[in-house]
Amino acid sequence: MSDVMIEARDLEKTYGDFHALRDVSFEVRKGEVLGFLGPNGAGKTTTMKILTCFIAPTKGTAKVAGCDVWADPMGVRRAIGYLPESTPLYTEMLVLEYLEFIAKMRGFTGPEARKRIKTAVEQTSLGDVIAKEIRALSKGYKQRVGLAQALVHEPDVLILDEPMSGLDPNQAAEIRELIKDIGRERTVILSTHDLGEVQVTCDRVLIISKGKLVADDKPEELRERAGKAQFVVTISGDDSGDTRDVFGNIDGVGNVKVKAGDEGETRYVVLPKGSEDLRSAIFEAAVEHKLPLLGLERKDQGLDEIFRDLTTGTADRADDKKESN
Amino acid sequence: MQNLLTIAGRQFRSYFNGAIAYIVVCFLLLVVGFFFWETFFLYRRATAREFFSLFSLLNYLALPALTMGLLAEEKRTGTIELLITMPVADWQVILGKFLGVYGLYCVVLLLTLPYPISIAQLGDLDWGPVFAGYTSLLLQGGAILALGLMASSLTDNQLIALFVTWGFTIVFFLIDKFLPLAPLSLTSFLEFVSFDAHLESMRRGVVAVRDLVFFKTVTILSLMVAFRALESRRWS
Repeated sequence: MSDVMIEARDLEKTYGDFHALRDVSFEVRKGEVLGFLGPNGAGKTTTMKILTCFIAPTKGTAKVAGCDVWADPMGVRRAIGYLPESTPLYTEMLVLEYLEFIAKMRGFTGPEARKRIKTAVEQTSLGDVIAKEIRALSKGYKQRVGLAQALVHEPDVLILDEPMSGLDPNQAAEIRELIKDIGRERTVILSTHDLGEVQVTCDRVLIISKGKLVADDKPEELRERAGKAQFVVTISGDDSGDTRDVFGNIDGVGNVKVKAGDEGETRYVVLPKGSEDLRSAIFEAAVEHKLPLLGLERKDQGLDEIFRDLTTGTADRADDKKESN
Repeated sequence: MQNLLTIAGRQFRSYFNGAIAYIVVCFLLLVVGFFFWETFFLYRRATAREFFSLFSLLNYLALPALTMGLLAEEKRTGTIELLITMPVADWQVILGKFLGVYGLYCVVLLLTLPYPISIAQLGDLDWGPVFAGYTSLLLQGGAILALGLMASSLTDNQLIALFVTWGFTIVFFLIDKFLPLAPLSLTSFLEFVSFDAHLESMRRGVVAVRDLVFFKTVTILSLMVAFRALESRRWS
C-alpha cells in the first residue's frame, strides 16, 4: 500500500439540477490531519458520505486505503472509522453495550473485543460513564462515545464530520489532543467551520465552496498565498497631506491609505508590494521627518478573511478586500 | 452473516428498552388469553380455533406498531448512517432488522403455548389444527412484519410508516370480504391475495403449498422493496 490513504478523483454529485460537488480531487497521506473547511452546504458532508460509501458519487471515484468506493465498498468500510455529523447514537443503549455492539459489528468477540473497547474507552476518557445510558450523557460525552465507536477497530483512516461542534473549550481541547495523537500514525479528515480549529489541529486545509475546491494548502501557506501583511502607523496630529507621501516613498511600499484614528490621531495603512517586513523602514522614515509616532503595528490577514475571500468567490480577492476596508 | 445476526440481536434487545414492545406484547397476550379461556369455559370446547382466528385479527392491528420504527427512526436520528458504514451489506441490514422483529414475534407465540398445553391437560385437544394454526400465525406475522419494514424503509416518520402498514393490512384483510361484490372473473384472484382466505383454510388443519407460497411471496417481495429503498439513498 502506498503512502496515499485517500485519493478522491473528479468527484461529482448532483441532486437534480443542484451540483453538490464538482470536480473535487485531492489526496491525503498517511500521518496527515486534513481539515475540511467550508460554509454550510458547501459539500463537506457530501464528500465524507462518498468516502464512507454511504452515498455514491454521480461521477468520479475515490480510493480509501487502496480500496475503491465502487469496486470494494466493504474494504473501504473496514478501513475507516466514521463519526457522522451530529453524532447519531442508539441513545437507549448503555455506553458499554453500545461499544460491544460496534465491536461485534467490526468482527471482534471475546477477549479481543474487550481489549479493543478498553483501549477506545481510555483514549476517549469514557471510563466514568461506561455503565450509563447514552441518552443521559452530556453533549461532550456523547461526542466522545461517537469517537470511541470510530476508534474500536483502530482504523487506518478516521473521518470525522464536525467533531468539535457543541463542545465546551475544555472538551474541545481534549478531543483536539486526541485527534492530533491519532493523526501521527494514521490519517484523519475532519470537517469544521471553525478556523481556529484548523490552525491548531490540521496539517493541511482543504477549503470547499459551492461544491468546488478553492484551496488546498498548509494553514501557513494559505495565509501567505491569500494575503500580505499590512502595517498600521498611528501618528499624533491631523493628516497634513505630506505624511502620506513620506510613507509612500519608502522602498517596497505599494499603497498608503489614510484612515481617521481617535481624536487627534491619524492612522495610515501601509500596504507593501512584496512580503518583506517594513516596520524598521517606516520607523526610520518617521524619525527622519520628525513625525510623532504613536504606534506601529503589523497586521496579518487572518484565516477568517482568507476564508471569506475564498468562499464568496471574488476573483482578485486580496486587493478587493483591502479596498473595501 | 455474523453481522446480520448482530443487527438482529441488537434490534431484538432494543425492544425491551422501550415501552412500545411491552404494550404490544401484553395487549396481544391478554386479549388473546381472555378470549381463549372464554371459549374454553363458556362454550366448554377444547379447541384453539377461535384463539388462532382472534390472534390473526389482532396481528393486523398490533404488529405494525413493532415495525414502524425499524428504519424510519434510524433515518430520522441518523443512526442509519453509522449502521450502514459498518462493514455490512444493505441486504444484511434489512434481513437483520426483519429477523430481530420476527424473533420478538416468535417469542410472543412461544408465550401463548401454555394455553393449548393446558387445554390438552383438561380436555381432548386435537393437535393437528394447533400446529397448522401456529404455522398460519408464523406465516401471516412474517408477511405483516415484512410489509411494515417496507413501509418503514420508505419514510423517516414512524407514524407515516404505521398508517401505511395499516393501510396494507386493512386491504389484505378486507379483500375477501368484498368477494360477493366482485366480478366473477376476479374472484379467484382476490381470494388468492386475501390473507384471511389462506388463514381460514390453514386453521382447518390443512397447510397447502399455495398458502405457503402466498405468504412467502408477500414477505420476500416486501423485503426486496425495503432493500431497494435503503439502497436508493446512494443514488438520490
